[in-house]
Amino acid sequence: MAESVNAYLYVGALLFAIGALGVLVRRSLIVVLLSIELMLQGVNLTMGAFGVFNGDMGGYMLMLISLTIAAAESVVGLAILVTVSRQVTELYSDRLKSLRW
Amino acid sequence: MIDDIAFIYLATVAVLAGIATVFVRSPVRSAVSLVVVVFHVAGLFAVMGALFLAVIQLIVYAGAIIVLFLFTIMLLDLRHERGEPYLHKNQLWLGVPLAILILIEAGWVALTTPAVAEARRGDFGADTIAEMGGAGQVLASVLFTDYLLPFEIAGFLLLAASVGALILARSPDEDEMLDMTDPVADAAGAAVAGEGGH
Repeated sequence: MAESVNAYLYVGALLFAIGALGVLVRRSLIVVLLSIELMLQGVNLTMGAFGVFNGDMGGYMLMLISLTIAAAESVVGLAILVTVSRQVTELYSDRLKSLRW
Repeated sequence: MIDDIAFIYLATVAVLAGIATVFVRSPVRSAVSLVVVVFHVAGLFAVMGALFLAVIQLIVYAGAIIVLFLFTIMLLDLRHERGEPYLHKNQLWLGVPLAILILIEAGWVALTTPAVAEARRGDFGADTIAEMGGAGQVLASVLFTDYLLPFEIAGFLLLAASVGALILARSPDEDEMLDMTDPVADAAGAAVAGEGGH
């Protein structure tokens, strides 16, 4: 089981789907960002497994770059959150209505 | 055999902690559950044989990103969120089927991927990597030759993100504070200029 790529792909798919559920269903903006990180965990696992089991360094590289993007995304997302928290007291996604019509 | 047991343990705990991340009410506990996920995914990388990826995963995710999240959670005062509902009640009917659809799609990809025996065909198998001096060395040499452009773009992305975060998170009062320092600097400059003239 640990010697086949498919088992890792299943775990990655599960993590990605759980993270997507969190993004769609949770109200708190911080937990939405955490769920995005969970989705990226699933993606990282998938790409790392493909890189290792196909003997291709491209998988390692993709995982490194997705790690970089995760860092950049969380930094910008948290900065936006801090800015929003100055205007709205409660950080819920359905409380932010000023850009919605 | 021992690999299989380790894999089953790591995969089960990773998925359970993922569910906890999404469905636990308090954001701090959610972040801590994500730390558990990160550690167990790193363990999965180690079982796979990619020790370098496991270490990178621990350093960057558990060491940097989750700590950043925890800092921000503590910075924002979230005590008033306690009594509120934490799920979009009228978004569940869309969110749950969509998540199941994503799971089916990704699971289909996993199901139709050919198994190991046919798949191990690339230039960098485990034996080749060990011969060339370990994954870290191979990755470093590939990083600065074949993948130089993506590497530079990723570095530039990090620069842009840090500058953007600084600009976004700056409070509006700080502009005035900057203006207030200007007269002081001017006075100091004038004094220096005056001394020079004297």
